[in-house]
Order: sequence, then structure tokens, then C-alpha cells
Amino acid sequence: MAKEAVEGELNIDPMHQFDIKYFFDIDLGIANIGFTNSALFAFIAVAAIVVFLWSAVSGHSLVPSRMQSVAESIYEFVRNMVRDTAGDEALKYFPYIFTVFIFILACNLIGMIPYSFTVTSHFAVTVFLALSVFISVTVIGFLKHGMHFFSFFWPAQAPAALRPVLCIIEVISYLARPISHSIRLGANMMAGHAVLKVIGAFAGASALLVVPSVLGIVGLTALEVLVAVLQAYVFTILTCVYLNDALNLH
Amino acid sequence: MATENIDHAQSGGMPQLDFSTWASQIFWTAVALFVLYKILNGSILPKISGALEDRHNAIADDLDKAAELKRQAEDAEAAHTAALATAKADANKIIAEAQNEIDAELATASAEADAEIAARTAESEVRINEVRAEAQSNAKSIATDTAQAIIEKLAPGLSDKSTVEAAVSRALSAAGVAK
Repeated sequence: MAKEAVEGELNIDPMHQFDIKYFFDIDLGIANIGFTNSALFAFIAVAAIVVFLWSAVSGHSLVPSRMQSVAESIYEFVRNMVRDTAGDEALKYFPYIFTVFIFILACNLIGMIPYSFTVTSHFAVTVFLALSVFISVTVIGFLKHGMHFFSFFWPAQAPAALRPVLCIIEVISYLARPISHSIRLGANMMAGHAVLKVIGAFAGASALLVVPSVLGIVGLTALEVLVAVLQAYVFTILTCVYLNDALNLH
Repeated sequence: MATENIDHAQSGGMPQLDFSTWASQIFWTAVALFVLYKILNGSILPKISGALEDRHNAIADDLDKAAELKRQAEDAEAAHTAALATAKADANKIIAEAQNEIDAELATASAEADAEIAARTAESEVRINEVRAEAQSNAKSIATDTAQAIIEKLAPGLSDKSTVEAAVSRALSAAGVAK
């Protein structure tokens, strides 16, 4: 991508890497749901997950191989996260939470490969993920508690005069959840990749900047791998926290 | 398609905020997630949980087996201790019996010996008494004969045997020799 920067001048377009490219159009009239690079990398992530996990568990031995060990560690990590955060009752939603976690993790990590595309750097994807969590969790809350679910917004322990104000704050903070939930993941991914691109472009601008630029990219890449894993974890644990609120009402 | 790419590149804005691509992204993400969920939930997650459960069960079985073996070892030890205690008790009983037997034999033997000693003592006393009585009676007859002979010599024809005997008897009893 640095090739596009003209030698000798600072021509940085850090957002170009996020462009959505259509391989073919599927125009439904109201919207074009054509197959894009984003969709391609989403399926690459799915394929990578399935190949990895399938090869890990196909041996299915009592004493696990290394791959099986890794797969089982991830499984138990997510399972314990769900149980510790939201209780045993939440374990029936574990398959979906595990799917979301491993999908985000795979998308984030595949995005770290140069010239690849980071599916989770787009708010369309993260908003979809966060909204699906928000809507499911709210539906679960109403299915379990009925109208009593509204008591979640009513701070009964607070002084009586403060309750209506706190109730409004609670409702606003509840409605803001999908926004923070999605922006946190998307912005982290986008910002990291944009910064990498900017630093990479410095190398193209001047021969003097090549060495510091490469060193900076190496360091930042390590940091971004950490962020990729961490954000997948943060998204998942927040999902568990929201699910806990719906199941147990604080 | 290609024209749109150029549009984004030229606009210089954030591709994330180009809402014309949202429908496609959301649709394909949903499809990818659905496919992934179906595969994971359908076969991979049950396999992993199965493997974990198998391992858990195997470890639990092994622990049970170990506990069972430990119990058996403890039982064997208890049996061994009991056998040892029984053997000790038997030995003590045999020792006590032998002791009693020996004591009884000893008592019998010593009683027999005592009885024999007493019998012999009695026998000896009887004989001593016989000898003494014989000696006394001999002494009496000798004294009587001697006294009669002396009287015969001093006054012949005066000696009356019964009178002499009575006198001798009196004299002997006065001397404390006869009874």
C-alpha cells in the first residue's frame, strides 16, 4: 500500500485500506448486498476457524495434542467467562457467545496480515454484532421477567427524590450500550490500522525515515495483535455482562 | 462497483461512514456468523465438550480406582493387624495355659512331696515313739527285775512281784522317765 505514496512527498491516505470493493453486485432495489472484500474476509475467517478447530478436535484423544489443547483452552476460557459473569443459566447461550468471540478474534487477527482486510474495522459489522447482542439480551430479559424487567431501570435503593432522575440515566445508559459496544471494537481496529498505515507512509516519504518507521511498525504490530485479542475479549465479556443484567437484573 | 471504489477513494472520507455498503456488510456478516454458528454448534463444540467430559470422567474414574485401591490396602492392613493381634492373643493364651499347667504340676508335686514328708515324719515319730516306749518298757522290766533281784538278795522270799512293779512305776514316774 505504501507503493501508492509518491516517492519524496507525504501522500498519506490511511483510510484507503478500509475501502469496500464489490466483486459482484446483488441489487435488491432498496440496497446492494453484493459480495465484497469484507464478505470475502468474513468467510476466510470462518474457514480458518473451522479448519483450525476441526483439525484440533478430529483427533479427540484423552491426552490432547497441542492443537487440541489450544482449542480446549479457548473453549474453557469462553465457557468460564460466560459462567463466571452471567451464571450457569447463561450457559445455554454459550454457543452463540463462543461463535461471536472466535469470529471477532479471527477477523481481528486476520486483519493483522499485511494487505488483508479487517472486517471488524467497519462500524456496519460491529454495530450489527452489538445490536444483535442488545436486541437478543433485551428480548431474553423480557421473556424471563416480563414487565418486571423494567425494574432494572428503577433504582429502588436510591433516595426517593433521586429515583426518577437515576431512572432516566439508567435508560439512557442502557440504550447507549450498543453504541459504546460497537464503537469500542470498530474504532480500536480502525485506529490501529490507520496509525500503522501512517507510519508505513513515512517510510515512503523519506529514506531517512525508513529505519525508525519499520521499527515503529514492528512495535505497533505487536501492540495491535494484543489489541486484536483484547478487543475480542472485551466485546465478549461485555456481552456476558449484558446477558447477566437481563437474566439476574443486577 | 468499480465506480463506487473510485468514489470512496476520491471522497477521502471514512469508508466506514459510507452507508451504501452497510446492507452488504451486514448481510454477509450475518450469513458468515450463521454458517459459523451452525458448524460450531452442530459438531465442533459438542466434540470439544465431549473430549473435555471424557477426560473429566477418565480422571474421576482413575481417582475412584485409586481410592478403591487405597481402601483395599487399608482393609488388608486392618486384616493383617487383626491377624497379628489374634496371633499375639493366642500366643499369650498358650503361654498362660502352659504357665498354669506348670504351676498346677508344681503345686501337685510339692503337695505330694509335702504329704510324703509328713507321712515319713509321722512314720518316724511312730517308730521313735515305739523305740522310746520299748526302751521305757525295757527299762521298767529291767528296773523291776533288778529291784526284785536286789530284794531277793536282801530279804529272800519277801519279794512280791506286783508290789515291786508298782514301786518301780512310781519311782520312774517320779523321775519323769515313764508316763
